[in-house]
Amino acid sequence: MSENVYIIGAGIHPFGRTESRSGREQGVYAVREALADAGLDWPDIECAYGGSAAAGNADIMVNELGLTSLPFTNVANGCATGGSALAASQQAIASGMYDLALAVGFDKHPRGAFNAKPADYGLPEWYGQTGMMLTTQFFALKIQRYMQLHGISRTTLGRVAEKAFRNGTITPHAWRRSPVDLETIMNAPMINDPLTKYMFCSPAEGAVALILASEKKMKELGADGVKIRAVSVKTRPPNSFEVFQAGISIEEGGKPTVLASKAAFEKASVGPEDISVAQLQDTESGAEIMHMAENGFCKDGEQEEWLANGWTEIGGGKLPVNTDGGCLACGEPIGASGLRQVYENVQQLRQRGGERQVPEKNGKGPRLGYSHVYGAPGLSAVAILERE
Amino acid sequence: MGEKIDPNLWSDGAEPHLMGGKLPSGEIVFPMPVGDAAQGVEPYKLSRRGKLWSWTEQGFLPKEPYEGPGSGPGEGPPDFQPYLLGYVELPGEVIVESRIVDARLEDLHLGMELEFCIVPFNARYDTFAFRPIAAAESKAA
Repeated sequence: MSENVYIIGAGIHPFGRTESRSGREQGVYAVREALADAGLDWPDIECAYGGSAAAGNADIMVNELGLTSLPFTNVANGCATGGSALAASQQAIASGMYDLALAVGFDKHPRGAFNAKPADYGLPEWYGQTGMMLTTQFFALKIQRYMQLHGISRTTLGRVAEKAFRNGTITPHAWRRSPVDLETIMNAPMINDPLTKYMFCSPAEGAVALILASEKKMKELGADGVKIRAVSVKTRPPNSFEVFQAGISIEEGGKPTVLASKAAFEKASVGPEDISVAQLQDTESGAEIMHMAENGFCKDGEQEEWLANGWTEIGGGKLPVNTDGGCLACGEPIGASGLRQVYENVQQLRQRGGERQVPEKNGKGPRLGYSHVYGAPGLSAVAILERE
Repeated sequence: MGEKIDPNLWSDGAEPHLMGGKLPSGEIVFPMPVGDAAQGVEPYKLSRRGKLWSWTEQGFLPKEPYEGPGSGPGEGPPDFQPYLLGYVELPGEVIVESRIVDARLEDLHLGMELEFCIVPFNARYDTFAFRPIAAAESKAA
């Protein structure tokens, strides 16, 4: 038996480039926003989990926030840093040990594609030397095959990016806030065929903080909470195809996203058809398309019809996807990116989405929000939130 | 011929083979594991022929640790030449990531027949690649 856990405070530092603040300072900013949102002060927080991929340790944020002696665990889990911080803080409360916890993620990356070291991933040096160790290549190779097998067109890739930038124009925390038309997206310089410059997200900066509470504490505070129905983090199963693989098994294996998605749906006792709004990992346009199917929202190949009909638009009729413009419009500060998706769902479920608010259906606002983050070396985290 | 970019990456001889490993379970893997992970793994000469499984073109100069054209001292993006790469399925063995040479992007398609070859990489090293069988035959002719 475990306690119900609620998100009662959500704070964000705008994504993009902020020369005047370090990554950690952006993290502190987000924590203060989340505290204000929850109506709490820093000394109220009983435990914290957080981290960044490239902007230092989270636990020294206590220098700015206050030396309250709380246990503060650094999370260093690559692209899943935010998801893992959320899962750890959720467990801390679900276990009954704590009533108030913080999950925080922040980052600040240099411009341009991420550069990875082969040894860090257990790979031989030649793999990096010969120019095969680029995350952008993996995504291009994965979508290229998927397009051939499932009849996805290049135009559909373009439509995903066009939607992202359109949603970014109405999202205060987004980085890219100007629309980009389909023709410009399609004719932009090719990064890794079939993906053009506008179809890829960029490394960026930003921070997100969430405050989690037990049901008892939420009621005591009279806080505006969103229930965490499920959090699931899965690493890759045998024979999967992931980023940074010099060799792939000829046996088709499982996918971490499929595993995390199934586990989360099972835990929440709901299905893809019940979800009102989804934030899906969109490192590039193709990722959003493939993740629509991997998370169970449509069958392989159906995305062509979904995008042509605008079914993933805000108010598009089926399932709004990446309502804040996703990674494509917000950029990808690794440590913060997964928590941004959860932040966006919290805002949507509380009907604080402003211009980008998912419309009501049958007189009711969105009830279930779904978020999915994917990253190297093959891991996925899914969270399902509910507005009770 | 330059130096091999990794002395154990392919076999020597007139018809070199990319080196994989055969696990005790019989599964073929690439690359050959090293260190403790190599225990019980037999070096395995991979097939020289395969079929294209997926592909892309690298359109921009990669950062470190890339050591190809454009990465040297005083070099930059103007010295870089886009290159093709992809995954090649070696039937019954494993799918390997490789450079694709002697082909144009627009000619690449799923299942395209390819053959293993060794190509110059930079001033010092050679690396491995796959090329269309048709290109291999016309070069031999």
